[in-house]
Amino acid sequence: MAVTTPPAPTRPSRPSSVGKGTSTTAKLLRLNWFGGIAGWIWLVIGMLPIYWIVISSFKSQSNFFATNPLLPPDEWTLDSYRLVIESDFIRYFGNSVVVTVGAIVPAVLISFMAAFAIVRGGNGWFLRLSNSLFLMGLAIPLQAVIIPVYLIIIRLRLYDTLTAMILPSIAFAIPLSVLVLSNFIRDVPRELFESMRLDGCSEWGTMWRLAFPLTRPALVTVTIYNALGVWNNFLLPLILTQNPDRRTLPLALWTFQGQYGVNVPAVLASVVLTTLPILVFYAVGRRQLLSGLTAGFGK
Amino acid sequence: MSTLAPPVVKGTRSANSGGRSGSLGWLVLPALLFFVTFGVVPLFGVLFLSFTQWDGIGDIHPDGLNAWRSVLGDPQLLHSLGVTFLIMILSWLVQTPASLLLGTFLAGHQRYRGFLAVLYFIPLLLSSAAIAITWKALLDPNFGLGAGLGLSFLQQDWLGKDTLAVGVVVFIVSWQFIPFHSLIYQGGVRQIPRSIYEAAEIDGAGRLRQFFSITLPQLKYTIITSSTLMVVGSLTFFDLIFVLTAGGPGDATRVLALDMYKRGFMANLMGPASAIAVILVLVGLGIALLLRRLGGTDQTDSMLEGA
Repeated sequence: MAVTTPPAPTRPSRPSSVGKGTSTTAKLLRLNWFGGIAGWIWLVIGMLPIYWIVISSFKSQSNFFATNPLLPPDEWTLDSYRLVIESDFIRYFGNSVVVTVGAIVPAVLISFMAAFAIVRGGNGWFLRLSNSLFLMGLAIPLQAVIIPVYLIIIRLRLYDTLTAMILPSIAFAIPLSVLVLSNFIRDVPRELFESMRLDGCSEWGTMWRLAFPLTRPALVTVTIYNALGVWNNFLLPLILTQNPDRRTLPLALWTFQGQYGVNVPAVLASVVLTTLPILVFYAVGRRQLLSGLTAGFGK
Repeated sequence: MSTLAPPVVKGTRSANSGGRSGSLGWLVLPALLFFVTFGVVPLFGVLFLSFTQWDGIGDIHPDGLNAWRSVLGDPQLLHSLGVTFLIMILSWLVQTPASLLLGTFLAGHQRYRGFLAVLYFIPLLLSSAAIAITWKALLDPNFGLGAGLGLSFLQQDWLGKDTLAVGVVVFIVSWQFIPFHSLIYQGGVRQIPRSIYEAAEIDGAGRLRQFFSITLPQLKYTIITSSTLMVVGSLTFFDLIFVLTAGGPGDATRVLALDMYKRGFMANLMGPASAIAVILVLVGLGIALLLRRLGGTDQTDSMLEGA
């Protein structure tokens, strides 16, 4: 689990001290090379497109068609970025921020409350039923229910608003968040809850003053995981909005591509700009982000 | 089984299973309200809508079995199912060995591997729309990768021919998700007790032997988790294919999810589209349950979709 493991080799890489010296060593080296070669090959496959996006986005349109695609531009230019930013990029960026923050903050808070109740609320049928409902929710793909969601949004008269994207995003962030948070709250030592109770603290107070701070790592994890999902979501804006002013970034990317078609550098500059915030996030909180990505897959 | 993810520590179950107050139920209500409204109700709603006629704007009329009849009688359904399964199987076949290999490689603690891992995971951050747009441009026969490397066999009309387009989708899906599954395998490999390898080494087992006799069997549950995610996730490759090929050329990459979208939101036939959505749910659940039976453990949490 990557995070705080001490740097001890998991698999002994030294050859066995007992006999069979050379042949074992040979095998060891061979497999090491095998994995190593695969590792470096993957680095090229994985990084080449990223490198290409970045260098191409700094080429001028004519330069893009004239130079070798894999070489850096003869002249670096910010024209593409200027064009993208002038094409309402700031608005789409703002929409994405509003939708992401507007969905994730409430989603994490209400998931936390639900998780706390599920862990601390005893064995009543209501809480158990809610818990199984959330677990079942992990298996519902958003796409499969998008038609009724669309119908509900229309009936709520929310079609073509940012709220239309926020509400389903909250709902679909809940199941995994509850799962991860309740597993975490379950690990808070019982004695701590007891001593809060003896001090006369209400359950409500215990929740915010004890459980909330102690659950912080898990809260960060679910926040990041869900934020990435909402930020990159394409289906909800596609189905639930119409007005260009309501677009979020992934949908805007798609329309940019239709609009600028041949202006590949501009399209790629918009790819860079939409990914940049996540990359900054990644640089700052890589560990939380990676553990967030696999949140819930381990038990 | 415990794959990875630090916060989800498998804990001392005894910790505080029975809180004292039963009056906490209302704390669940806000989450329940949202989830029921946009998760549970739509799940039943989609079944209901599959028995109606609706153009997406006007009124909804009951329509009996007509939507189902038209969907089940349409060769398009079989074709979409076929494409969906083809892409599912091919991408599993490509991703699993590659992720296993890379995950085992990344499980080592050498510093350079940590550095490589940082770079590996970047594709995970991009939206499917961004990935599709990038590869579309990168696969351009005249100004893309093929031209850059000067390799003529790479200069093909990748998205213009049926079989090539399917191959491209499988390749891009793998490019996008192999890092993720490597991450899962990395965690799995790191949890295998070292002592097993030491014992094997004393017995003179080579590294290849160790991999097949220890690593692979020990990773059984990790493989099942990862495969479930791959397979169930592959049912939801909508945005990638939508932006990349829009189902084309012809209908070559028209997977179920795309078929649903086209019928519902382009042809305005919400009834048949809902029927396809029901099929999508059933196929996903069926496969998830099947894989779960293979694993023989409770893995409710591994059926994550990835929407």
